Amino acid sequence: MRIFLSYSFSALATFIHSFLAGLISNGMFLLVTEMVITGVSLIVFLVLLCFFLGYMERRVAAFMEIRLGPNRVGPQGTLQIVADTVKLLFKEGLTPDSSDKFLFNLAPFIMVVASMLVVAPIAFAKDFQLYDINIGVLYVSAVSSISVIGILMAGWSSNNKYSLLGAMRSGAQIVSYELSVGLSLISIVILSGSLSLGDIVKSQENGWWIIKGHIPIIISFVIFVIASTAEINRAPFDLAEADQELTGGFHTEYAGMKFAMFLLSEYINLFVVSAIAATLFLGGWMPFHIGGLVSFNHIMDYIPSSLWFFGKTFLVIFIIMWFRWTFPRLRVDQLLTLEWKYLLPISMVNVIFVTVMAIMGWHL
Amino acid sequence: MRGLIGEDILTEEGEFIINMGPQHPSTHGVLHLKIWLDGETVKRIQPNLGYIHRSIEKMSESLSYRNFIFATSRMDYLAAHVNNEACALTVEKGLQLEVPQRAKVIRTILSELTRLQSHQLWWGCTGLDLGGVTPFFYAFREREAIMEIFEETCGARLTQNYMVPGGIMYDVHPNFQKRVKDVMIQIKGKFEEYDNIMTGNVILENRLKGVGYLSKEDALSYGVTGPTARASGLSCDLRKSNPYSAYDQVQFDEILDTGGDCYARYMVRMREMRQSVSIIEQLIDNIPEGDFQAKTKNVIKLPKGEFYQRVETPRGELGVFIVSDGAASPYRIKYRSPGFSNLSALPIMAKGGKIGDLVAIMATIDLVIPDIDR
Repeated sequence: MRIFLSYSFSALATFIHSFLAGLISNGMFLLVTEMVITGVSLIVFLVLLCFFLGYMERRVAAFMEIRLGPNRVGPQGTLQIVADTVKLLFKEGLTPDSSDKFLFNLAPFIMVVASMLVVAPIAFAKDFQLYDINIGVLYVSAVSSISVIGILMAGWSSNNKYSLLGAMRSGAQIVSYELSVGLSLISIVILSGSLSLGDIVKSQENGWWIIKGHIPIIISFVIFVIASTAEINRAPFDLAEADQELTGGFHTEYAGMKFAMFLLSEYINLFVVSAIAATLFLGGWMPFHIGGLVSFNHIMDYIPSSLWFFGKTFLVIFIIMWFRWTFPRLRVDQLLTLEWKYLLPISMVNVIFVTVMAIMGWHL
Repeated sequence: MRGLIGEDILTEEGEFIINMGPQHPSTHGVLHLKIWLDGETVKRIQPNLGYIHRSIEKMSESLSYRNFIFATSRMDYLAAHVNNEACALTVEKGLQLEVPQRAKVIRTILSELTRLQSHQLWWGCTGLDLGGVTPFFYAFREREAIMEIFEETCGARLTQNYMVPGGIMYDVHPNFQKRVKDVMIQIKGKFEEYDNIMTGNVILENRLKGVGYLSKEDALSYGVTGPTARASGLSCDLRKSNPYSAYDQVQFDEILDTGGDCYARYMVRMREMRQSVSIIEQLIDNIPEGDFQAKTKNVIKLPKGEFYQRVETPRGELGVFIVSDGAASPYRIKYRSPGFSNLSALPIMAKGGKIGDLVAIMATIDLVIPDIDR
């Protein structure tokens, strides 16, 4: 029952657990049932979240582009994305004749599964975590790189030259930028001394790392945001899709719900990297505390922890959306130059600074 | 390397061939480019035309001298006024007709408005081609104001057919002067915004600087004209060298750059927009009173002979060559369109670059396919 140990709504969780235990006597079967319930509610939550992110993206884009955005279907256009989903569901999911049909149909699922798996160790609120795995940071960086397999699979199996070029680009891009993402994550691990996301949040009780960690952590944060934008294939690093160059890149041949799966995984990835950035650098669900000011800290504690978490996450999401709607796209060689000649050396030097800082105890 | 269905997807030389277009987001129409790639590097390009051929030149041979002008609005549809003007000027040259001063000034103002809106659309599309969607909407905000002036002046927004042999078809709307002045004030205030979102952006500079180099010699030998040639240092502004309409009455600079790359072409167009505003501002308060059209016969017949007139469109030099046998319709018409010559230089510009560079080059030479493929 380790899964349920750290639930915030522990009363509710205990109630559901004892209710199910009354119905099902077999311990193994009970565990499986509870896992299925957790999984289904997670999927529903993520899909609803993606609806919201899709809506938010359109409104943010409209705000940047001096236009209105969706505002007809439902109050303030909130149901537009539902209408679009229904449209995608009814469209024919075409499979090209000369494609590798098995891999072609498998690729979107790998993408979605890979991005959904990363959600597991994220702490959404105080004591609200699916599974506080003790190597959380390692798990996140390992599982998030599975998505490149989905992209390569989609690009290769489509048997389309544009798709293949897109997949090639994406392979080079994701593998390169993972290094910078990893190094920025490591700087936090050095300071907090733990790989578990729960412990990392707890280590920020008297101040978030971005404040406590001085300039090196601010550099790590900036590098993390840039590199993870590249890792999730969003503009200005959306070279794998690059609709003006490759007409859609690796998902050129996909239509209907299979295409929607790629979209879904893109938005889940967007949420996940923002949540990781919020957890590691901005304190996760931890309220804004200043060491010593007891009364101020108490007032901050009155704001629910989930609100803190989602507020920070959506701040990062907004920044990443801001990139997309104001920057032109990089060229493929410039993309790799940025990583290998600028971000990676800076992160490496930065890790040394952070280590020195941690040893000397210069952080607050 | 073998594809999924077994055939070799590389050529014998190890090249990877992709066909860009005729349906492609960044070819701005139905241009078909066959590209030989080595990885991402472009080794060779072959443009294929013919997907939007309407045989405008042949069609014009059976149309009267008043009617053939209408077809030219469908050539370079972003510069319909200028195309119409070129044809009208050629016919006037044949008739040796003196156009009233009022018509000349209005023609010049409308041509410059056309240049402004064409460059604004180009600016937005360049942003779009380079992957930034937002500039497109900024550009269309101001372009819409100009299109509204066109709509009020002649009832059409795109295919205006307003310039006719002898002058302009109708007099301008009473609001014309006020609206143009308002729009000029609006646009001048927005240039800074354009620069903020695009020109100073480090990604944009990296994408454009040193990309798609075209030397002055190549520009000359391929017959490249317009901003594309001026960015290579080739002085070819017909408004300066062979002034027509009211261009001899205004002060403006011919914008030249010596860079020869995409960034130079970008900057030339950005600076040309400011010059156009200046030209319009000089003329808008000085529209003389009088006739807007010279008297012409109902059926225009050009004397026997050959007549040629060229004008500066937003994309370069448009030449109209009419051979007349004295009948009521031309014996032969040939258009020298700027896009065709500019496209012919694309293979040497794009060679050795990446696919992303090719898109940037196509954006900065500002291709309009119906102009290339008449």
